[in-house]
Amino acid sequence: MIQLEQVTKTYPKASRPSLDNVSVSIDKGEFVFFIGPSGSGKSTIIKMLLHEVTPNKGRVVVNGKDVTSMRSWKRPHFRRSIGCVFQDFRLLPNRTAYENVAFALEVIGKTKAVARRVVPEVLELVGLGGKEHRYPHELSGGEQQRVAVARAFVNRPLILLADEPTGNLDPDTSIEIMRLLDRINRTGTTVVMVTHDSNIVNQMRRRVIEIESGRIVRDQARGVYG
Amino acid sequence: MRMKYVLSEVLVGLWRNVTMTIAMIITLGVSLTMLGASGLIYTKVADMKDLYFENIQVSIFLKTDISEEDRAALGSRLEADPLISQVTYVNKDEAFQRFQEMFRDSPDLLSAVKADQLPESYRLNLVDPEQYKSISEQYSSAAGVDQVVDQSQVLDKIFNLFTAGQNVALAAAIAMAVAALLLVANTIQVAAYSKRREVAVMKLVGASNWFIQAPFVLEAVVAGLIGSVLGLGALVALKKFLFDDALSALQGLFAPVSWSEVLLTFPVMAGVGGLISAITAWVTLRFYLRV
Repeated sequence: MIQLEQVTKTYPKASRPSLDNVSVSIDKGEFVFFIGPSGSGKSTIIKMLLHEVTPNKGRVVVNGKDVTSMRSWKRPHFRRSIGCVFQDFRLLPNRTAYENVAFALEVIGKTKAVARRVVPEVLELVGLGGKEHRYPHELSGGEQQRVAVARAFVNRPLILLADEPTGNLDPDTSIEIMRLLDRINRTGTTVVMVTHDSNIVNQMRRRVIEIESGRIVRDQARGVYG
Repeated sequence: MRMKYVLSEVLVGLWRNVTMTIAMIITLGVSLTMLGASGLIYTKVADMKDLYFENIQVSIFLKTDISEEDRAALGSRLEADPLISQVTYVNKDEAFQRFQEMFRDSPDLLSAVKADQLPESYRLNLVDPEQYKSISEQYSSAAGVDQVVDQSQVLDKIFNLFTAGQNVALAAAIAMAVAALLLVANTIQVAAYSKRREVAVMKLVGASNWFIQAPFVLEAVVAGLIGSVLGLGALVALKKFLFDDALSALQGLFAPVSWSEVLLTFPVMAGVGGLISAITAWVTLRFYLRV
Protein backbone atom coordinates (compact mmCIF):
# COMPACT_ATOMS: atom_id res chain seq x y z
CA MET A 1 0.00 0.00 0.00
CA ILE A 2 2.77 2.42 0.97
CA GLN A 3 6.45 1.95 0.16
CA LEU A 4 9.33 4.26 0.92
CA GLU A 5 12.53 2.95 -0.68
CA GLN A 6 15.78 4.52 0.53
CA VAL A 7 14.18 7.93 0.61
CA THR A 8 16.34 10.97 1.32
CA LYS A 9 14.94 14.48 1.49
CA THR A 10 17.01 17.57 2.16
CA TYR A 11 15.17 20.88 2.11
CA PRO A 12 16.97 23.75 0.40
CA LYS A 13 19.22 25.63 2.85
CA ALA A 14 18.94 22.85 5.45
CA SER A 15 22.24 21.66 6.90
CA ARG A 16 21.18 18.04 7.31
CA PRO A 17 18.56 15.89 5.58
CA SER A 18 15.03 15.69 7.05
CA LEU A 19 14.84 12.08 5.95
CA ASP A 20 18.05 10.10 5.52
CA ASN A 21 17.87 6.85 3.55
CA VAL A 22 14.52 5.79 5.00
CA SER A 23 12.87 2.55 3.90
CA VAL A 24 9.41 1.60 5.15
CA SER A 25 6.75 -0.72 3.83
CA ILE A 26 3.15 -0.50 5.05
CA ASP A 27 0.56 -3.08 4.05
CA LYS A 28 -3.09 -2.57 3.28
CA GLY A 29 -5.19 -2.32 6.43
CA GLU A 30 -2.30 -1.61 8.78
CA PHE A 31 -2.42 0.97 11.58
CA VAL A 32 0.97 2.66 11.93
CA PHE A 33 2.27 5.31 14.34
CA PHE A 34 5.19 7.50 13.41
CA ILE A 35 6.73 8.90 16.58
CA GLY A 36 9.76 10.98 17.34
CA PRO A 37 10.80 14.43 18.54
CA SER A 38 9.88 17.64 16.68
CA GLY A 39 11.91 18.11 13.55
CA SER A 40 12.72 14.42 13.28
CA GLY A 41 11.13 14.17 9.83
CA LYS A 42 7.72 12.67 10.67
CA SER A 43 5.72 15.40 8.97
CA THR A 44 7.94 15.22 5.90
CA ILE A 45 6.74 11.64 5.44
CA ILE A 46 3.09 12.75 5.53
CA LYS A 47 3.86 15.50 3.02
CA MET A 48 5.59 13.01 0.79
CA LEU A 49 2.62 10.64 0.86
CA LEU A 50 0.43 13.59 -0.18
CA HIS A 51 2.82 14.51 -3.00
CA GLU A 52 3.40 17.87 -1.39
CA VAL A 53 7.17 17.33 -1.34
CA THR A 54 9.19 14.97 -3.50
CA PRO A 55 12.31 13.14 -2.31
CA ASN A 56 15.79 14.01 -3.55
CA LYS A 57 16.68 10.34 -3.67
CA GLY A 58 14.74 7.10 -3.46
CA ARG A 59 11.23 6.15 -4.42
CA VAL A 60 7.80 6.63 -2.83
CA VAL A 61 4.95 4.40 -3.94
CA VAL A 62 1.40 4.98 -2.67
CA ASN A 63 -1.60 2.89 -3.80
CA GLY A 64 0.59 1.37 -6.47
CA LYS A 65 1.40 4.81 -7.89
CA ASP A 66 4.95 6.09 -8.01
CA VAL A 67 4.63 9.48 -6.34
CA THR A 68 8.26 10.33 -7.02
CA SER A 69 7.72 10.78 -10.72
CA MET A 70 4.10 11.92 -10.58
CA ARG A 71 3.33 15.09 -12.55
CA SER A 72 1.70 17.82 -10.50
CA TRP A 73 -1.45 17.87 -12.65
CA LYS A 74 -2.16 14.30 -11.57
CA ARG A 75 -1.97 15.23 -7.91
CA PRO A 76 -5.66 16.21 -7.44
CA HIS A 77 -6.97 12.87 -8.64
CA PHE A 78 -4.34 11.00 -6.64
CA ARG A 79 -5.39 12.78 -3.45
CA ARG A 80 -8.96 11.60 -3.75
CA SER A 81 -7.82 8.18 -2.54
CA ILE A 82 -6.22 9.66 0.58
CA GLY A 83 -8.03 11.17 3.55
CA CYS A 84 -6.25 13.63 5.78
CA VAL A 85 -6.73 14.89 9.34
CA PHE A 86 -4.67 17.60 11.05
CA GLN A 87 -4.04 18.95 14.51
CA ASP A 88 -5.84 22.20 13.66
CA PHE A 89 -8.96 20.51 12.13
CA ARG A 90 -8.98 22.85 9.08
CA LEU A 91 -12.76 23.21 8.95
CA LEU A 92 -14.50 26.03 7.12
CA PRO A 93 -15.85 28.29 9.88
CA ASN A 94 -18.78 29.64 7.86
CA ARG A 95 -20.16 26.20 7.05
CA THR A 96 -22.02 23.72 9.23
CA ALA A 97 -20.74 20.23 9.99
CA TYR A 98 -22.90 18.86 7.19
CA GLU A 99 -21.74 21.53 4.73
CA ASN A 100 -18.09 21.00 5.60
CA VAL A 101 -18.32 17.33 4.72
CA ALA A 102 -20.54 17.91 1.69
CA PHE A 103 -18.10 20.56 0.42
CA ALA A 104 -15.34 17.96 0.15
CA LEU A 105 -17.63 15.81 -1.99
CA GLU A 106 -19.01 18.55 -4.17
CA VAL A 107 -15.66 20.05 -5.12
CA ILE A 108 -14.57 16.71 -6.54
CA GLY A 109 -17.67 16.57 -8.69
CA LYS A 110 -20.16 14.58 -6.63
CA THR A 111 -23.75 15.73 -6.90
CA LYS A 112 -25.83 17.21 -4.10
CA ALA A 113 -27.97 14.08 -4.19
CA VAL A 114 -24.94 11.90 -3.43
CA ALA A 115 -23.99 14.24 -0.60
CA ARG A 116 -27.50 14.06 0.86
CA ARG A 117 -27.24 10.29 0.94
CA VAL A 118 -23.64 9.87 2.13
CA VAL A 119 -22.96 12.77 4.50
CA PRO A 120 -25.56 11.97 7.23
CA GLU A 121 -24.30 8.40 7.18
CA VAL A 122 -20.68 9.33 7.81
CA LEU A 123 -21.62 11.96 10.42
CA GLU A 124 -23.58 9.23 12.20
CA LEU A 125 -20.51 6.97 11.97
CA VAL A 126 -18.25 9.53 13.68
CA GLY A 127 -20.87 10.07 16.39
CA LEU A 128 -22.19 13.46 15.35
CA GLY A 129 -25.76 12.39 14.58
CA GLY A 130 -28.07 15.30 15.45
CA LYS A 131 -25.32 17.90 15.26
CA GLU A 132 -25.18 18.16 11.48
CA HIS A 133 -26.30 21.76 11.39
CA ARG A 134 -23.97 23.17 14.00
CA TYR A 135 -21.17 25.50 12.98
CA PRO A 136 -17.60 24.67 14.04
CA HIS A 137 -17.63 27.37 16.73
CA GLU A 138 -20.70 25.68 18.23
CA LEU A 139 -18.83 22.37 18.55
CA SER A 140 -16.19 21.23 21.06
CA GLY A 141 -12.64 20.51 19.90
CA GLY A 142 -13.29 16.78 19.86
CA GLU A 143 -16.47 17.24 17.85
CA GLN A 144 -14.68 19.47 15.38
CA GLN A 145 -12.04 16.79 14.90
CA ARG A 146 -14.84 14.28 14.31
CA VAL A 147 -16.15 16.50 11.54
CA ALA A 148 -12.64 16.56 10.09
CA VAL A 149 -12.44 12.76 10.27
CA ALA A 150 -15.86 12.51 8.62
CA ARG A 151 -14.65 14.79 5.84
CA ALA A 152 -11.49 12.73 5.38
CA PHE A 153 -13.42 9.46 5.33
CA VAL A 154 -16.56 10.40 3.38
CA ASN A 155 -14.91 9.56 0.08
CA ARG A 156 -13.94 6.10 1.43
CA PRO A 157 -10.21 6.59 0.90
CA LEU A 158 -7.78 3.69 0.90
CA ILE A 159 -5.45 5.55 3.22
CA LEU A 160 -6.12 7.91 6.13
CA LEU A 161 -3.25 10.17 7.13
CA ALA A 162 -3.45 11.82 10.53
CA ASP A 163 -0.90 14.47 11.49
CA GLU A 164 -1.06 14.82 15.29
CA PRO A 165 -4.87 14.59 15.29
CA THR A 166 -5.03 14.68 19.08
CA GLY A 167 -2.52 17.49 19.54
CA ASN A 168 -5.19 20.03 20.48
CA LEU A 169 -7.41 17.71 22.52
CA ASP A 170 -7.58 16.67 26.15
CA PRO A 171 -6.71 13.02 27.02
CA ASP A 172 -10.31 11.73 27.23
CA THR A 173 -11.32 13.31 23.96
CA SER A 174 -8.11 12.04 22.40
CA ILE A 175 -9.03 8.50 23.28
CA GLU A 176 -12.47 8.92 21.70
CA ILE A 177 -10.86 10.13 18.49
CA MET A 178 -8.50 7.15 18.59
CA ARG A 179 -11.47 4.77 18.96
CA LEU A 180 -12.93 6.43 15.90
CA LEU A 181 -9.71 6.01 13.90
CA ASP A 182 -9.56 2.40 15.07
CA ARG A 183 -13.09 1.82 13.82
CA ILE A 184 -12.16 3.33 10.46
CA ASN A 185 -9.09 1.09 10.36
CA ARG A 186 -11.30 -1.94 10.88
CA THR A 187 -13.19 -1.09 7.67
CA GLY A 188 -9.95 -1.91 5.85
CA THR A 189 -8.57 1.61 5.59
CA THR A 190 -4.85 1.93 6.13
CA VAL A 191 -4.21 4.50 8.88
CA VAL A 192 -0.91 6.34 9.21
CA MET A 193 -0.69 8.62 12.23
CA VAL A 194 2.04 10.96 13.34
CA THR A 195 1.96 11.73 17.06
CA HIS A 196 3.73 12.86 20.22
CA ASP A 197 1.12 11.34 22.48
CA SER A 198 2.75 8.48 24.41
CA ASN A 199 -0.50 7.59 26.21
CA ILE A 200 -2.26 6.85 23.00
CA VAL A 201 0.57 4.86 21.48
CA ASN A 202 0.86 2.76 24.60
CA GLN A 203 -2.88 2.07 24.75
CA MET A 204 -3.32 1.17 21.10
CA ARG A 205 -0.50 -1.34 20.85
CA ARG A 206 -0.07 -1.02 17.11
CA ARG A 207 2.94 -0.86 14.86
CA VAL A 208 5.29 1.94 15.96
CA ILE A 209 8.01 3.45 13.79
CA GLU A 210 10.30 5.81 15.66
CA ILE A 211 12.27 8.41 13.76
CA GLU A 212 15.17 10.44 15.05
CA SER A 213 17.09 13.00 12.99
CA GLY A 214 15.67 11.62 9.79
CA ARG A 215 16.53 7.98 10.45
CA ILE A 216 14.36 5.08 11.56
CA VAL A 217 15.62 3.93 14.96
CA ARG A 218 12.81 1.47 15.77
CA ASP A 219 10.10 -0.41 13.90
CA GLN A 220 8.06 -2.57 16.23
CA ALA A 221 4.94 -4.57 15.38
CA ARG A 222 2.97 -4.07 18.64
CA GLY A 223 5.01 -1.30 20.09
CA VAL A 224 4.86 1.25 22.87
CA TYR A 225 6.07 4.86 22.97
CA GLY A 226 9.43 3.83 24.39
CA MET B 1 -24.30 21.78 -9.77
CA ARG B 2 -20.62 22.51 -10.35
CA MET B 3 -21.42 25.22 -12.90
CA LYS B 4 -23.87 26.75 -10.46
CA TYR B 5 -21.24 26.63 -7.73
CA VAL B 6 -18.63 28.30 -9.95
CA LEU B 7 -21.04 31.04 -11.08
CA SER B 8 -22.26 31.82 -7.59
CA GLU B 9 -18.63 31.98 -6.44
CA VAL B 10 -17.95 34.48 -9.22
CA LEU B 11 -20.80 36.74 -8.12
CA VAL B 12 -19.84 36.46 -4.46
CA GLY B 13 -16.25 37.24 -5.44
CA LEU B 14 -17.18 40.35 -7.38
CA TRP B 15 -19.46 41.53 -4.61
CA ARG B 16 -17.05 40.73 -1.76
CA ASN B 17 -14.78 43.57 -2.66
CA VAL B 18 -17.13 45.79 -4.54
CA THR B 19 -15.12 49.04 -4.42
CA MET B 20 -12.11 47.26 -5.87
CA THR B 21 -14.32 45.59 -8.47
CA ILE B 22 -15.69 48.98 -9.56
CA ALA B 23 -12.19 50.47 -9.77
CA MET B 24 -11.07 47.49 -11.81
CA ILE B 25 -14.03 47.73 -14.19
CA ILE B 26 -13.64 51.48 -14.69
CA THR B 27 -9.93 51.31 -15.48
CA LEU B 28 -10.55 48.38 -17.80
CA GLY B 29 -13.37 50.35 -19.42
CA VAL B 30 -11.25 53.47 -19.97
CA SER B 31 -8.37 51.42 -21.30
CA LEU B 32 -10.63 49.56 -23.72
CA THR B 33 -12.28 52.82 -24.82
CA MET B 34 -8.85 54.19 -25.71
CA LEU B 35 -8.04 50.99 -27.51
CA GLY B 36 -11.31 51.11 -29.46
CA ALA B 37 -10.87 54.79 -30.25
CA SER B 38 -7.35 54.26 -31.53
CA GLY B 39 -8.59 51.38 -33.66
CA LEU B 40 -11.33 53.58 -35.10
CA ILE B 41 -8.89 56.40 -35.83
CA TYR B 42 -6.61 53.90 -37.51
CA THR B 43 -9.30 52.61 -39.88
CA LYS B 44 -10.59 56.13 -40.49
CA VAL B 45 -7.14 57.43 -41.43
CA ALA B 46 -6.77 54.54 -43.87
CA ASP B 47 -10.22 55.29 -45.32
CA MET B 48 -9.45 58.98 -45.62
CA LYS B 49 -6.11 58.35 -47.27
CA ASP B 50 -7.82 56.25 -49.92
CA LEU B 51 -10.51 58.86 -50.36
CA TYR B 52 -8.18 61.84 -50.55
CA PHE B 53 -5.35 60.34 -52.52
CA GLU B 54 -7.77 59.26 -55.19
CA ASN B 55 -8.73 62.87 -55.78
CA ILE B 56 -5.45 64.40 -54.95
CA GLN B 57 -4.19 67.04 -57.28
CA VAL B 58 -1.03 68.91 -57.89
CA SER B 59 -1.74 72.49 -58.81
CA ILE B 60 0.59 74.47 -61.04
CA PHE B 61 -0.22 78.12 -60.55
CA LEU B 62 0.70 80.35 -63.42
CA LYS B 63 2.16 83.84 -63.29
CA THR B 64 -0.38 86.57 -64.03
CA ASP B 65 1.74 87.84 -66.91
CA ILE B 66 2.20 84.44 -68.61
CA SER B 67 2.18 84.57 -72.41
CA GLU B 68 -0.24 82.55 -74.52
CA GLU B 69 2.65 80.52 -76.04
CA ASP B 70 4.14 79.59 -72.69
CA ARG B 71 0.76 78.50 -71.41
CA ALA B 72 0.05 76.37 -74.49
CA ALA B 73 3.56 74.87 -74.42
CA LEU B 74 3.20 73.99 -70.75
CA GLY B 75 -0.22 72.51 -71.44
CA SER B 76 0.99 70.20 -74.17
CA ARG B 77 4.07 69.23 -72.11
CA LEU B 78 1.78 68.24 -69.23
CA GLU B 79 -0.55 66.32 -71.53
CA ALA B 80 2.42 64.30 -72.81
CA ASP B 81 3.88 63.55 -69.36
CA PRO B 82 3.48 59.82 -68.50
CA LEU B 83 3.38 60.56 -64.75
CA ILE B 84 0.22 62.58 -65.18
CA SER B 85 -3.11 60.90 -65.72
CA GLN B 86 -5.28 63.96 -66.21
CA VAL B 87 -4.78 67.65 -66.77
CA THR B 88 -7.42 70.30 -66.19
CA TYR B 89 -6.97 73.94 -67.01
CA VAL B 90 -8.62 76.38 -64.62
CA ASN B 91 -8.89 79.97 -65.85
CA LYS B 92 -9.35 83.04 -63.69
CA ASP B 93 -13.16 82.94 -63.82
CA GLU B 94 -13.32 79.30 -62.82
CA ALA B 95 -10.79 79.90 -60.06
CA PHE B 96 -12.96 82.72 -58.77
CA GLN B 97 -16.05 80.50 -58.92
CA ARG B 98 -14.28 77.76 -56.96
CA PHE B 99 -13.12 80.36 -54.47
CA GLN B 100 -16.65 81.69 -54.03
CA GLU B 101 -17.91 78.16 -53.63
CA MET B 102 -15.32 77.30 -51.02
CA PHE B 103 -15.74 80.41 -48.91
CA ARG B 104 -19.44 81.09 -49.35
CA ASP B 105 -19.80 81.30 -45.56
CA SER B 106 -17.26 84.14 -45.29
CA PRO B 107 -18.68 87.17 -47.11
CA ASP B 108 -15.86 89.44 -45.88
CA LEU B 109 -13.27 87.32 -47.60
CA LEU B 110 -15.38 87.10 -50.73
CA SER B 111 -15.78 90.84 -51.09
CA ALA B 112 -12.06 91.42 -50.53
CA VAL B 113 -10.98 89.30 -53.49
CA LYS B 114 -11.60 90.34 -57.07
CA ALA B 115 -12.00 87.94 -59.97
CA ASP B 116 -8.72 88.81 -61.68
CA GLN B 117 -6.64 88.48 -58.50
CA LEU B 118 -6.77 84.73 -58.57
CA PRO B 119 -4.16 83.02 -60.74
CA GLU B 120 -4.85 80.62 -63.58
CA SER B 121 -3.68 77.09 -62.96
CA TYR B 122 -3.29 73.59 -64.29
CA ARG B 123 -4.74 70.90 -62.02
CA LEU B 124 -2.96 67.56 -62.42
CA ASN B 125 -4.03 64.12 -61.32
CA LEU B 126 -0.94 62.01 -60.88
CA VAL B 127 -0.69 58.35 -61.81
CA ASP B 128 1.14 57.85 -58.52
CA PRO B 129 0.57 60.58 -55.93
CA GLU B 130 3.98 59.82 -54.41
CA GLN B 131 5.66 61.07 -57.60
CA TYR B 132 5.00 64.65 -56.59
CA LYS B 133 8.67 65.58 -56.21
CA SER B 134 9.71 64.91 -59.78
CA ILE B 135 6.72 66.84 -61.09
CA SER B 136 7.66 69.74 -58.87
CA GLU B 137 11.29 69.65 -60.03
CA GLN B 138 10.36 69.48 -63.69
CA TYR B 139 7.81 72.24 -63.81
CA SER B 140 8.57 74.78 -61.10
CA SER B 141 11.28 76.33 -63.26
CA ALA B 142 9.26 76.25 -66.50
CA ALA B 143 8.45 79.57 -68.12
CA GLY B 144 5.39 81.29 -66.70
CA VAL B 145 5.01 78.96 -63.68
CA ASP B 146 4.56 80.75 -60.40
CA GLN B 147 4.54 77.75 -58.04
CA VAL B 148 3.77 74.06 -57.87
CA VAL B 149 1.58 73.12 -54.92
CA ASP B 150 0.94 69.57 -53.87
CA GLN B 151 -2.21 68.95 -51.84
CA SER B 152 -0.78 65.73 -50.48
CA GLN B 153 1.87 67.73 -48.65
CA VAL B 154 -0.90 69.49 -46.76
CA LEU B 155 -2.83 66.28 -46.30
CA ASP B 156 0.19 64.50 -44.93
CA LYS B 157 0.34 67.07 -42.19
CA ILE B 158 -3.31 66.42 -41.35
CA PHE B 159 -2.77 62.67 -41.41
CA ASN B 160 0.27 63.03 -39.22
CA LEU B 161 -1.97 64.80 -36.77
CA PHE B 162 -4.45 61.91 -36.86
CA THR B 163 -1.68 59.36 -36.48
CA ALA B 164 -0.34 61.30 -33.52
CA GLY B 165 -3.84 61.29 -32.03
CA GLN B 166 -4.05 57.57 -32.60
CA ASN B 167 -0.67 57.02 -30.94
CA VAL B 168 -1.69 59.11 -27.94
CA ALA B 169 -4.89 57.06 -27.60
CA LEU B 170 -2.89 53.85 -27.90
CA ALA B 171 -0.33 55.00 -25.33
CA ALA B 172 -3.16 55.98 -22.97
CA ALA B 173 -4.77 52.59 -23.60
CA ILE B 174 -1.54 50.79 -22.69
CA ALA B 175 -0.94 52.91 -19.58
CA MET B 176 -4.51 52.33 -18.41
CA ALA B 177 -4.19 48.66 -19.28
CA VAL B 178 -1.15 48.34 -17.01
CA ALA B 179 -3.10 50.00 -14.19
CA ALA B 180 -6.10 47.77 -14.91
CA LEU B 181 -3.99 44.61 -14.90
CA LEU B 182 -2.37 45.53 -11.59
CA LEU B 183 -5.86 46.04 -10.18
CA VAL B 184 -6.97 42.68 -11.57
CA ALA B 185 -3.91 41.00 -10.03
CA ASN B 186 -4.59 42.70 -6.72
CA THR B 187 -8.30 41.80 -6.73
CA ILE B 188 -7.45 38.19 -7.45
CA GLN B 189 -4.91 38.15 -4.62
CA VAL B 190 -7.46 39.56 -2.20
CA ALA B 191 -10.05 37.04 -3.42
CA ALA B 192 -7.57 34.18 -3.08
CA TYR B 193 -6.67 35.34 0.41
CA SER B 194 -10.27 35.57 1.56
CA LYS B 195 -10.91 32.09 0.20
CA ARG B 196 -7.63 30.58 1.40
CA ARG B 197 -9.35 28.11 3.74
CA GLU B 198 -11.67 26.85 1.01
CA VAL B 199 -8.76 26.58 -1.40
CA ALA B 200 -6.66 24.67 1.15
CA VAL B 201 -9.49 22.19 1.73
CA MET B 202 -10.12 21.85 -2.00
CA LYS B 203 -6.47 21.09 -2.64
CA LEU B 204 -6.43 18.63 0.24
CA VAL B 205 -9.43 16.60 -0.89
CA GLY B 206 -8.28 16.63 -4.51
CA ALA B 207 -10.46 19.17 -6.32
CA SER B 208 -9.12 19.62 -9.83
CA ASN B 209 -6.98 22.65 -10.55
CA TRP B 210 -9.39 24.13 -13.07
CA PHE B 211 -12.19 23.85 -10.54
CA ILE B 212 -10.15 25.74 -7.95
CA GLN B 213 -9.04 28.40 -10.42
CA ALA B 214 -12.21 28.83 -12.48
CA PRO B 215 -14.10 31.15 -10.08
CA PHE B 216 -11.11 33.50 -9.82
CA VAL B 217 -10.37 33.55 -13.55
CA LEU B 218 -14.05 33.99 -14.43
CA GLU B 219 -14.30 36.81 -11.91
CA ALA B 220 -11.60 38.67 -13.85
CA VAL B 221 -13.20 37.78 -17.20
CA VAL B 222 -16.59 39.10 -16.09
CA ALA B 223 -14.92 42.33 -14.97
CA GLY B 224 -13.18 42.56 -18.34
CA LEU B 225 -16.45 42.03 -20.20
CA ILE B 226 -18.29 44.63 -18.13
CA GLY B 227 -15.35 46.97 -18.81
CA SER B 228 -15.73 46.40 -22.55
CA VAL B 229 -19.45 47.17 -22.32
CA LEU B 230 -18.47 50.44 -20.62
CA GLY B 231 -15.99 51.04 -23.43
CA LEU B 232 -18.70 50.47 -26.04
CA GLY B 233 -20.96 52.91 -24.19
CA ALA B 234 -18.19 55.51 -24.13
CA LEU B 235 -17.52 55.12 -27.88
CA VAL B 236 -21.25 55.36 -28.66
CA ALA B 237 -21.44 58.53 -26.58
CA LEU B 238 -18.32 59.91 -28.30
CA LYS B 239 -19.83 59.31 -31.73
CA LYS B 240 -23.21 60.69 -30.83
CA PHE B 241 -22.27 63.78 -28.85
CA LEU B 242 -18.83 64.69 -30.14
CA PHE B 243 -18.74 63.47 -33.71
CA ASP B 244 -22.35 63.76 -34.80
CA ASP B 245 -23.27 66.89 -32.82
CA ALA B 246 -20.32 69.04 -31.84
CA LEU B 247 -18.11 68.28 -34.83
CA SER B 248 -20.91 67.96 -37.40
CA ALA B 249 -19.69 71.16 -39.08
CA LEU B 250 -16.50 69.36 -40.04
CA GLN B 251 -18.29 66.36 -41.47
CA GLY B 252 -16.99 66.98 -44.99
CA LEU B 253 -13.43 66.88 -43.69
CA PHE B 254 -13.58 63.54 -41.90
CA ALA B 255 -14.60 60.26 -43.36
CA PRO B 256 -17.87 59.43 -41.59
CA VAL B 257 -17.82 56.94 -38.70
CA SER B 258 -20.72 54.55 -39.08
CA TRP B 259 -22.62 52.86 -36.25
CA SER B 260 -21.61 49.47 -37.53
CA GLU B 261 -17.93 50.41 -37.21
CA VAL B 262 -18.50 51.53 -33.63
CA LEU B 263 -20.38 48.31 -32.84
CA LEU B 264 -17.69 46.22 -34.52
CA THR B 265 -15.13 47.49 -32.01
CA PHE B 266 -17.10 45.72 -29.28
CA PRO B 267 -16.04 42.15 -30.04
CA VAL B 268 -12.44 43.35 -30.20
CA MET B 269 -12.70 45.20 -26.89
CA ALA B 270 -14.56 42.31 -25.24
CA GLY B 271 -12.03 39.80 -26.56
CA VAL B 272 -9.01 41.81 -25.49
CA GLY B 273 -10.57 42.78 -22.14
CA GLY B 274 -11.69 39.25 -21.32
CA LEU B 275 -8.54 37.55 -22.50
CA ILE B 276 -5.94 39.74 -20.81
CA SER B 277 -7.94 39.74 -17.56
CA ALA B 278 -8.11 35.96 -17.68
CA ILE B 279 -4.39 35.61 -18.36
CA THR B 280 -3.53 38.08 -15.59
CA ALA B 281 -5.75 36.24 -13.13
CA TRP B 282 -4.33 32.89 -14.12
CA VAL B 283 -0.72 34.05 -13.82
CA THR B 284 -1.50 35.67 -10.45
CA LEU B 285 -2.99 32.41 -9.22
CA ARG B 286 0.07 30.45 -10.36
CA PHE B 287 2.22 32.61 -8.11
CA TYR B 288 -0.23 33.08 -5.30
CA LEU B 289 -2.14 29.83 -5.01
CA ARG B 290 0.51 27.48 -6.36
CA VAL B 291 -2.09 25.25 -7.90
